[in-house]
Amino acid sequence: MSLIDVKNLSKEYRNGEVVTPVLRGLNFAIQKGEFAAIMGPSGSGKSTLMHILGFLDTLSSGQYIFDGRDVSTLSEDELAEMRSCSVGFVFQSFNLLPRTTVLDNAILPLMYTKDKRPEWSAKAKAALESVGLGHRLHHMSDQLSGGEKQRVAIARALINKPELIFADEPTGNLDSKSGLQVMKIFQDLNAQGHTVILVTHEKYTAEHAQRILRLKDGALVGDEKVRDRQLADGNGELRK
Amino acid sequence: MHYGNSMHCSWKTLAANKARSFLSMLGVIIGVMVVIIIISVGAGAQSLILNQIKSLGSNLVGVLPGQSEEKGPPVAALGVVITTLKYEDGKAIAQSGNPHIIGVASYVRGIDTVVVGDKKTDTNFLGTTASYINVEDANVETGRFFTEEEERAMGRVAALGSQVAQDLFGNDDPLGKQIKIKRTPFTIIGVMKARGVSGFQNQDNQIFVPLPAAQKLLLGINHVSFMRVKVDSGEYVDSAMDFVKQILRAEHGITNAADDDFTVRSATDGLAALTQITNALRFFLAAVASIALVVGGFGIMNIMLAAVTERTREIGLRKAVGARHSDITRQFLVETVTITLSGGIIGALFGILLSVIAATVAQNLGYKWDLVVTFSSVLFAGAVSVAIGLIFGIVPARRASRLNPIEALRYE
Ligand SMILES: Nc1ncnc2c1ncn2[C@@H]1O[C@H](COP(=O)(O)OP(=O)(O)OP(=O)(O)O)[C@@H](O)[C@H]1O
Ligand SMILES: [Mg+2]
Repeated sequence: MSLIDVKNLSKEYRNGEVVTPVLRGLNFAIQKGEFAAIMGPSGSGKSTLMHILGFLDTLSSGQYIFDGRDVSTLSEDELAEMRSCSVGFVFQSFNLLPRTTVLDNAILPLMYTKDKRPEWSAKAKAALESVGLGHRLHHMSDQLSGGEKQRVAIARALINKPELIFADEPTGNLDSKSGLQVMKIFQDLNAQGHTVILVTHEKYTAEHAQRILRLKDGALVGDEKVRDRQLADGNGELRK
Repeated sequence: MHYGNSMHCSWKTLAANKARSFLSMLGVIIGVMVVIIIISVGAGAQSLILNQIKSLGSNLVGVLPGQSEEKGPPVAALGVVITTLKYEDGKAIAQSGNPHIIGVASYVRGIDTVVVGDKKTDTNFLGTTASYINVEDANVETGRFFTEEEERAMGRVAALGSQVAQDLFGNDDPLGKQIKIKRTPFTIIGVMKARGVSGFQNQDNQIFVPLPAAQKLLLGINHVSFMRVKVDSGEYVDSAMDFVKQILRAEHGITNAADDDFTVRSATDGLAALTQITNALRFFLAAVASIALVVGGFGIMNIMLAAVTERTREIGLRKAVGARHSDITRQFLVETVTITLSGGIIGALFGILLSVIAATVAQNLGYKWDLVVTFSSVLFAGAVSVAIGLIFGIVPARRASRLNPIEALRYE
C-alpha cells in the first residue's frame, strides 16, 4: 500500500465570482521511504499541493488517500492529530515564533502531544543537536542566520518523529554551503526511514531526491527517477 | 495541551506587553476593588449600627414625633422639626402603671455658648428627665444626677459629660461650680462616667440639664425631640409599643391609627430602617462596580481580539504542528483569564488596603467600626474576575481557534 495515493486531485480558489484553478486532476502515488522532489516554476501550485498533502489545506475535488485512509472523511481533530504525529513541515518562510528561544521553538509541536512536560527539553535538545544547533539552544530565534533558522524549522519538523517530512524550498533562502548542509540532513533522515517530500524549483536541489515530479500550471507533466543522484555531506562539499 | 503550559505561555505574553496588559486590566482592577470595598464597608457600617443598638439596649422603645412610613426612616430623623410630642406625654406613659414599662426618658438637644469663668466654648447640651440615668443605664462618676423634683421645678442644675468636665475644668473639681449656658447660670451637681461613642452620638461631650429648663430657658420651645421607653425584657417590647401608642392616642385625642402624629419604634425597627438606607447605598455601589467590570470585560475582549489578529501567524503555526481547535481556544481563554485574574488580585489588594484605611479612620474618629474583610469576599472577587475572563475571552478564543492554518500562515 502506498503512503500517499492521489487520484484526480484538483484545487481551485474562489474569490466571489473569480475562480482560480491551481491544481488540475493530479494522479500519483508515493511509497513509504521514498525521497521525492516536486519541481516546477513559480506559481505552478507546488506549495498548494504540499499543503493539501500535509493536511493543512483541503482539496476541491478528487481523492487523497493517506496510509489507506481517505483524508476527506477525517474530522478536524483527526486532522490535527495527523499534523501532530504523522507529518512534519519545513515551510518556505521558516515560520519560527519571534521573541522565543530556539529550544522553545523546537518544543512547540510537543505541546500538542501526549508527551509529558519534563521530557520536552531533552527531546528538543536531541532534535536540535541532530541538525547541529546544540550550541544555540537559548538564543532567540530572531538572532539566528537564515541557515540556522531553517535548521531550527527542521528540528521542529522532526521532533515527533513523523514518518513523512515535507520541506518547501528549504534551501531557497540559503547560500549553497548551508543549502548543502540542509540537504545532507534530509538525505540522512531518508536513510533512517523517513519519507521525504521536497519542493524546489532548482534542478540541482531536486537531484538530491530519488524521484522528481514535475508540475506546470497545476498539472503533472513529468515523473521520473533521478539517475545521477547528488549526495551532500555535512561540510557542504560535494561528494559523488 | 497542558493547562500549566498555557499558563506559562500566558505569563510570557503578558510580561512582553507590560503596559498594555496593565491598561487592559484597569477595568477589572477597579471593579474588583469596588466590590471588595462595598462588601467590607457595608459590613463595617452594619457592625456600627449593630454596636449602636447593642449599646442602646434591645429592650428600648423609641418615640418620635410625626408619622412615618412602615419600615422607612421616620420623618423626624430626616431633620424635619415636628412639635407634636410634649413633656407631658412622657409623664403620662410613665404614670400609666404598665408593669413592663420601667422607665420613660424625654429628650431635647441643643448647642450653645457655655461660659466658665473666662472660658467660652460652644457645647452640646441635652435636656432630659431624671429617668435618663435609669433608662440609659448611665452612671455618675462624682456628685449626682438631678432629681425628678429638680426636673419639674425647672431647676438650674447640670451634670457634665466626662469629656466636657475635662475640657472645662481640667483637673479641678467642678462640683458646686457655676457655669453659664446661654447666659443662664447652672450649678454643677455631678460628672458622668465616660461612656464613649454610642452609635453616632458622643455621650461624653454634652451637658445634661433638666428638660423643662432646657425647653424654656435655653431653647424656647414647648415640645420634646424624642422619648425612650425602657421595657423590662425584650419579649414585652411589642406589647409595650402597642400600649405606648394607645396612651399617646388618648393624650392627643386621636381615634384612628392612620392619624397618628407620632412614631413608635423598637431598636430592631431602627435597625431595619438603617439597613434599608445602607442597602440602597450598597446597591448603588454594586451597580457602579458591575459597570466597571463589564466595561473592563469589553476592554479585555477588544485587546484579545487585537492580539488574535496580531498573532495570526503564530496561531496558524500552532495549528500546523498539531494544535486542535480546543487547544487554541484554551490557550486564549487561559490568557484572558490570566489577565483578569491578575487584575482581580491587584484590585482585591487595593480594595483590602482601602477598607483597612476606612476602618482605621472610622475607629480613630471614635466609631465602633469593625474591619470586615472576609475570605469569602476575596474568593468571590476572584471568582468574578475568572468569570469575566471566561465570558469576554470566549469570543476572541473562538475566533482564534477557527482560523484556517494555511491562511493564517500566509497572513502578513
Ligand atoms: N488564497 C488564494 N486565492 C487565490 N489564489 C491563490 C491563493 N493561494 C494561492 N493562490 C494561487 O495559486 C497559485 C499557486 O500557488 P503556490 O503557492 O502553490 O505556488 P508555488 O508553486 O508554491 O510557487 P512558488 O515557487 O513561488 O512558491 C498561484 O498562482 C497563486 O496565486
Ligand atoms: Mg511555494
